[in-house]
Amino acid sequence: MMLPKALRWFNTDARHYQMTCQSTLFLYGCLFLGFDVPWWLPAAFIGTTLTTQYLFTKALGLPHFDFRSPLISGLSLCLMLRTDTIPLAIFCAALGIASKFMIRWRGKHIFNPTNFPIVFALLFLDGVWVSPGQWGSAVWVAFLIACLGAMVVTRATRSDTALAVIGFHAAILFGRALYLGDPLAIPLHQLQSGTLLVFAFFMISDPKTTPYSRPGRILFALLVCLVAGWIQFGLFRPNGLLFGLAACSPLVPLIDFVLPGPAYRWDRASNQTKGMSHETSTTPSGLGGLPLPHGAR
Amino acid sequence: MKRQLHRVGLAVCLCLTAPGSPAHAFCGFFVGKADTKLYNKASKVVLVRDGDKTIITMANDYQGDLKEFAMVIPVPTFIEREQIHVTSNAIIEHLDEYTAPRLVEYYDEDPCRTIVAMESRALGSMPAAAAAPPVMAKELGVTVEAQYKVEEYDVLILSAEESSGLETWLKQNGYRIPEGATEVLGSYIKQGVRFFVAKVNIEEQEKLGFTFLRPLSVAFESPKFMLPIRLGTVNANGTQELFIFALTRNGRIETTNYRTVRVPSDVELPLFVEKEFSDFYTAMFSRQVEKEDMHAVFLEYAWDMNWCDPCAASPMSPQELEELGVFWGGEPNRNGGDARNAFVTRLHVRYDAAHFPEDLFFQETGDRTNFQGRYVLRHPWTGTADCSEGKDYRARLAARYAQDAKTLQDLTGWDPKEIKDKMALNGQADPKVDPATGQKWWQRLWQKRKS
Repeated sequence: MMLPKALRWFNTDARHYQMTCQSTLFLYGCLFLGFDVPWWLPAAFIGTTLTTQYLFTKALGLPHFDFRSPLISGLSLCLMLRTDTIPLAIFCAALGIASKFMIRWRGKHIFNPTNFPIVFALLFLDGVWVSPGQWGSAVWVAFLIACLGAMVVTRATRSDTALAVIGFHAAILFGRALYLGDPLAIPLHQLQSGTLLVFAFFMISDPKTTPYSRPGRILFALLVCLVAGWIQFGLFRPNGLLFGLAACSPLVPLIDFVLPGPAYRWDRASNQTKGMSHETSTTPSGLGGLPLPHGAR
Repeated sequence: MKRQLHRVGLAVCLCLTAPGSPAHAFCGFFVGKADTKLYNKASKVVLVRDGDKTIITMANDYQGDLKEFAMVIPVPTFIEREQIHVTSNAIIEHLDEYTAPRLVEYYDEDPCRTIVAMESRALGSMPAAAAAPPVMAKELGVTVEAQYKVEEYDVLILSAEESSGLETWLKQNGYRIPEGATEVLGSYIKQGVRFFVAKVNIEEQEKLGFTFLRPLSVAFESPKFMLPIRLGTVNANGTQELFIFALTRNGRIETTNYRTVRVPSDVELPLFVEKEFSDFYTAMFSRQVEKEDMHAVFLEYAWDMNWCDPCAASPMSPQELEELGVFWGGEPNRNGGDARNAFVTRLHVRYDAAHFPEDLFFQETGDRTNFQGRYVLRHPWTGTADCSEGKDYRARLAARYAQDAKTLQDLTGWDPKEIKDKMALNGQADPKVDPATGQKWWQRLWQKRKS
């Protein structure tokens, strides 16, 4: 039977859920929220991430090409990054995947392959932007995103990072409102942001670029939120969380050193097909008896 | 001493919105002027922004006694005298007309031959003004950091330690502060803002020979790219209308904390809309606001200032742009453009405190895609067309009329029967309906037998 077989395959990797959720959200955004997306943008993002991953796989002589990680990176870029220029779209997508292979520490990539090119582009390139207001604040949309996202992270066992980010971010927003004497409608409005939920559930919850231990991840979430709060309310710049994540990512190896934990494997998260690796490995063995989390996501 | 009470126009100004006068169109000639007042209680703000440099111009259509008018605006930095400028309403009207949603006409070609024509006209918003009050005590924690006479305006730059002190000071000095403003003022004070307070100096105004409020511009440098709307919602009865015209170097602006949505555009409408364009646009806009649950900011125009197509008004001249504060005008842009190196964005917001609890925050994007609110009238070919293409053409007209009627109904919520009746009067009757009886052919089919 084809269907049960397909479902079994679908269940082998939590990223399949993630891809489905991201695609659904992207289509929803394009069809119902009027995203500023020309037809070529998803093609450029996804085509480039897949191609770049393939080229690095070949160049580094890795055992096999895994389409999932670059596809997720491409879809994440579709959800967040906007540009009118095809070369810029290609550059950003390639930069994200390249960073995954080239900026590493002890077999683990430092930067989230979606976050890195976005922050780089916002800082150094003209003609690229992120629309933090694109999801609006309609409660049901936020709810939908939360549900879909929760499904992904639960399967990927990283819901703790997402929830910690939302919790700390909410604490900062409400704390600020209380200090300023603002009505609670203001932090509530700020919290009802689809962009926040997309960030929490689809970006920072990436198990490959967050600390291995739970206390480490909670600490990491706190640091990201503090930096984000300073950027948003101290420097008055939008997209504080994106910058916060990029600024804190280099601290992950240090957090892992101080608060060590078991490395993450996507296939284990799905408790299926033991020993099967979907990652782009650059080193064949693990550290201290644990498999190393290689490659992206 | 008899103290004059100043009605405080908080945050953004109030102004009436009337249609802009039309202008020439690229291909064709101008037909008429949409001379209707579209929105009540509308404010117009021009934001010129590049890097952290901002020039904000506020136009107010305050209609009451100018002696009673004052304006309080939170500003992020101290403002020196040279940072304040009084400009003319005409410039803002021009910008309004240039960016206004427009109605365009086309004429069908002879299906057996060719021909073209086109016209346009535009809807606009309108001008406005500003005003302000004088000085008094400082024990309330209020510091009058500066006091300027700027043409017909008396301007104060205030800082305060707490909102109750500021409120008391303002009241003591004859400003009517609405209930509920204390908390909002307090929030701004804690964020370290100053208050720009302006009122009209009637004597000075008489000397200058003006009888209306002229727009005030303030230039400052701050990373904050925002518009304080919260004070304006404190005492508002119902919703308020705000137009934001942004002039930037690289691309359109959008709100970062609310969704920016394009108004429906490039749709074909029944011909009778020509006479009711203002009604159509206001009805359509209201429906869009409703559809978005009043949580969105609407994009009505985004265009490179060097051109337009069709033009509702000619592009702003480099001198006008400079007057509004486009300080980078002379520099070449990345596309090698001329002195009109500006991209204009027109945003339209209908807001109240419940749906827009937070101030509007913006960002400039790199998006230079042109967008305009454009509505199309397509006149049918009325000459003879006896060729076979002519017969096909007539057959397609019925479907086109039906589609136009449905589009109009969807966009405005107007009664479909009324739409069809008005279309019939304009020669856009459904061919299935007998113009004499208003009945469809099948309604007439067995009527005689029944009678």
